[in-house]
Amino acid sequence: MSRRLRESLLGLALLVPSAIIFVWFFFYPLYRLFVMGLHQSNRTGTAERYVGWGQYSDVLTGHQFTEGVKITFTYVLYTVPLGLVLGVLLAVAANRRLKGIKVFQFIFSSTIATSVAVASVIFFVLLNPQIGYFSSIKFFSLANTDSALRGVALSSVWQNLGLTFVIVLAGLQAVPDEVQEAATLDGYGPVRRFFKVTLPLISPTLMFLAVVLVIFALQAFAQADILTQGGPLGSTETLVWKIFNSQQPIDQGVGAVMAIGLFGITLVVSLVQFLILDRRVHYGN
Amino acid sequence: MGTDLNQPRWKRLTWYAGLTALGLVVLLPVYMTFVRAISQPRAYALAKQPPWPVHIEWDVFSRAFRDGDLGRKFLVSAVVTVLIVAGQMITATLAAYAFTFLRFPFRRALFFVFMATLMLPIEVTLIPNVQTIRSLGWLNSYPALVGPFLATAFGTFLLRQGFRGIPRDLLDASQLDGYGHLAFLRRVAIPVTRPVVASFGVISFLAAWNQYTWPRAVVTEGRWETIQIGLRNVSTQSADHNNVAFAGALIAALPIVLLLIFLQRQLVRGLTTGAVKG
Repeated sequence: MSRRLRESLLGLALLVPSAIIFVWFFFYPLYRLFVMGLHQSNRTGTAERYVGWGQYSDVLTGHQFTEGVKITFTYVLYTVPLGLVLGVLLAVAANRRLKGIKVFQFIFSSTIATSVAVASVIFFVLLNPQIGYFSSIKFFSLANTDSALRGVALSSVWQNLGLTFVIVLAGLQAVPDEVQEAATLDGYGPVRRFFKVTLPLISPTLMFLAVVLVIFALQAFAQADILTQGGPLGSTETLVWKIFNSQQPIDQGVGAVMAIGLFGITLVVSLVQFLILDRRVHYGN
Repeated sequence: MGTDLNQPRWKRLTWYAGLTALGLVVLLPVYMTFVRAISQPRAYALAKQPPWPVHIEWDVFSRAFRDGDLGRKFLVSAVVTVLIVAGQMITATLAAYAFTFLRFPFRRALFFVFMATLMLPIEVTLIPNVQTIRSLGWLNSYPALVGPFLATAFGTFLLRQGFRGIPRDLLDASQLDGYGHLAFLRRVAIPVTRPVVASFGVISFLAAWNQYTWPRAVVTEGRWETIQIGLRNVSTQSADHNNVAFAGALIAALPIVLLLIFLQRQLVRGLTTGAVKG
């Protein structure tokens, strides 16, 4: 066997373990989703009939899906901008040469230690309509259909704060001191320096972070599962919540199409991320 | 920002005050949960929920293990996490090595296919994947809990970045010495990229420990619940008992708190990969 052939075989062999998992749990299920979307099952899942692409157009324009998209996009709007602003605030505040600053940096990054589920329980303590400390604040009330999503979003904002802080701080620390000093010598005050110099320089980091937070928000499920069970009156049923609750055989066709819809949305967001990363690499060169 | 240390005293003090205020806001939710966990529920409600503990019961943490079966849930989570981290390490290292050091047909195309899995989060493929697990009779089992996470595009990408920093000459030299590829991987490539491997390990641990949606979908029996999905019971418990659930949430976060304290550098490096150039 030639050396070249041996190297090729080894290379492919090393990919096999990963490839098995990817085919089994990623690509085959994607194919299954498309097929399921073309069929309808009976209540017990014993019989299936072909209903065709009509089910796609029905579901994607139907109330359930569009409502889920609306709730999910609203969730993105509630969590991403606020999360970014707070993350920048904390990072700018903690990006100082002060004694003991490491302690503050540790505290600000501490919510990294919470999972979505842990953060949800913590906000259960704060917002639960029966026992929550802040349940009387109407703006975040989990008991009303028009405010429940804001309350749920608040738990995500807090939970992601640590990650946002850590990433923005790393971005700030990558800005050379000389740039700041040059701006100061040019007579820029701290506020103008921040908006005219620092912010443009860390904007690629913020873009990256925005995409990460959008993807987190698109996948929101545990928050609603623990804090509101999708309620009141379905007002916190995110897209993933609806997909999760379409697992009965009779709902599966509809659930599959909604999952394809989520896939499409994820694809667009990932594409945006790729374009941003690509552009940044070119700037870097 | 080089001048901060030389700023007048009052300016520094103002800054400390501001930082402290922000820190308290960040920690407030955890503090409230802690107060609520250690307070006797009835006494606490009677006292109108003050911001300090009432009738402290420290045994709530041991009761969380006894009544909430937290020990079992902790074990399931630990086994799942170890299996996922170990599995990802193996599959991602092998794949990253192949993509970096070996020439084989369709290398670029296959790398692209691997990265494409980043666009297929488990939330999208949930329904057919649960169906697969069910038809294999794997509901409520370790294979179900870890299966879909035994390979990772993110980890493969990360390790490939690390491996690319290794000079090609090193490989050629080791081959002259009679080392094969696997020996080079084990004795040179992995030791040299240890910081990257460590960062990846920490991130992988974090993600595996914190999982929710997938275990929630493939577990139907209490004894297979991970610690995370066990937390959802907080919403069904009566107000007299949910202090146990609050204690459980604090305990669930503990392993990651330790990770944050002892492996902060690796964690931060892993989290900021891709976010900041360089």
